[in-house]
Amino acid sequence: MRSWLRQHRRALVAALGKLAAQKASGGVSALVIGVALSLPAGGYSLLEGLSSLAAGVALEPQISVYLKTGSTQSDADALAARLKSDARIGQVRFVPRTEALKELKATEGLADVIDALDHNPLPDAFVVRARDSSPETLAELAQELRRAPTVAHVQADAVWARRLASLARLGRLAVLLLAALLAFGLVAVTFNTIRLQILTQRDEIEVSKLIGATDTFIRRPFLYLGLLQGLAGGALALGIVWAGLSLLNGEVLTLAQTYGSSFRFDFLSQGDALAVMLFAGALGWLGASLSVSRYLLEVQPK
Amino acid sequence: MISFSAVSKRYPGGQDVLRGVSLTVNAGELVFITGHSGAGKSTLLKLIPAIERPSTGSVIVNGQNVSALRPAAIPFLRRNLGLVFQDQKLLYDRSVYENIMLPLSFSSLAPREAARRARAALDKVGLLGREKANPVQLSGGEQQRVAIARAVVNRPAILIADEPTANLDAEAAQRVLEIFVAFNQVGVTVLLATHDLGLVTRYGRRVLRLAAGHVVEDSAP
Ligand SMILES: Nc1ncnc2c1ncn2[C@@H]1O[C@H](COP(=O)(O)OP(=O)(O)O)[C@@H](O)[C@H]1O
Ligand SMILES: [Mg+2]
Repeated sequence: MRSWLRQHRRALVAALGKLAAQKASGGVSALVIGVALSLPAGGYSLLEGLSSLAAGVALEPQISVYLKTGSTQSDADALAARLKSDARIGQVRFVPRTEALKELKATEGLADVIDALDHNPLPDAFVVRARDSSPETLAELAQELRRAPTVAHVQADAVWARRLASLARLGRLAVLLLAALLAFGLVAVTFNTIRLQILTQRDEIEVSKLIGATDTFIRRPFLYLGLLQGLAGGALALGIVWAGLSLLNGEVLTLAQTYGSSFRFDFLSQGDALAVMLFAGALGWLGASLSVSRYLLEVQPK
Repeated sequence: MISFSAVSKRYPGGQDVLRGVSLTVNAGELVFITGHSGAGKSTLLKLIPAIERPSTGSVIVNGQNVSALRPAAIPFLRRNLGLVFQDQKLLYDRSVYENIMLPLSFSSLAPREAARRARAALDKVGLLGREKANPVQLSGGEQQRVAIARAVVNRPAILIADEPTANLDAEAAQRVLEIFVAFNQVGVTVLLATHDLGLVTRYGRRVLRLAAGHVVEDSAP
């Protein structure tokens, strides 16, 4: 066990030495990995921000139900009774048409317009709050209410939230596809860098094999080298995403304030950041592994 | 300890380099293998650490049929052999000390023990004090001794050297040969190839002469 650890420590030290010695090519490879991975990682952060925005809206599971103009008080009472008896509905508020008009009149700039009207064009309305905030429940409820004979129009705010959510899902799929596509490219990049490194050490590899080094031993420092390059690339990607989001948030904040919102794009969660690092590290490792295996196969005597 | 039975070797697209060679080397022997250039000396030696495989016949080392060894087992065979290559194969971007430490880096030896062995090997070839030098700074004879130190640092029971005296002046060649004789005196089995028959006859040891792929002479002292 101790000697196994020693072997790995040696390989890691050798890899660090190589990383330091090859500065340029290893650095470029880490840079390529970093820039490439910052695209899906950044895209993912933006999507997370948008879906949290959508989720915030859906948190207020509000449905507005407008009655037909000309409905009587008994129509309103009947609907109120029905709404209150529905188990899915938590709270029902009646907004009489006179009150709605008053509210509208209070809105700046509209008072004159409303005074010019000779009658109240607004219908009676209910504002209903569902117990369950899932977009599915809201949509179903809205659909049912629409079918009631005295109801003219039902507006569920959660619907656009749902559209946003499904858009975000689509975006997430695109980000995943992008990441998968880039993964191939990054494996190829590491494959090449490691190959160059192997070629500068081909004498050492040849002698080592001749005097009894196993393939595992020869492979090990290169695997560490690939891993380190990948991790460096992953860290760089996180740095780029962080810097990008900071810049963006400066602008978003001013925009959000005008809407009375404190919305901002959050940096990747710890788990997601770790996933980016692991992904980058794994790509580096894989590229290196393919590269050494290929080389060892080439030099293997027939 | 080492035995060849009816070994033939043909390189792809070439002629038979060895034709039905049979021989046995016992533990503790020192055997010189001679023959003109191209006679197959290097090929014969390369069959022992399975650097080359025989076309037919078998090579047995320490009871193990190395001609049928799985590739994964070959490194472990080689660690038990000391190999001095015809072209030395030193690493010229490393110090003498690092060159000698190379075979120890694959083994699981503790660093202190590894350093001790490297020093002992340098001592045996008379290069203590030159460990920090780069091989290019050394004379031909000294470089050859670095190669020998690297071969013996794992304390192998069998030492195989391919033309270790080639390109050396008489004095340096003599010194190198004496190192091998000294190892043999402490019980190491030594196989040494050389095209210079005159150089080795004076030692009065077994000489195997190769010609046209056959052992044409096997003179025990
Ligand atoms: N890898 C090889 N491929 C093809 N032919 C080879 C190879 N190695 C050696 N030979 C040929 O085999 C013959 C014997 O070579 P070698 O064993 O090196 O002889 P020696 O060491 O006695 O000079 C030579 O004709 C050489 O050209
Ligand atoms: Mg030769």
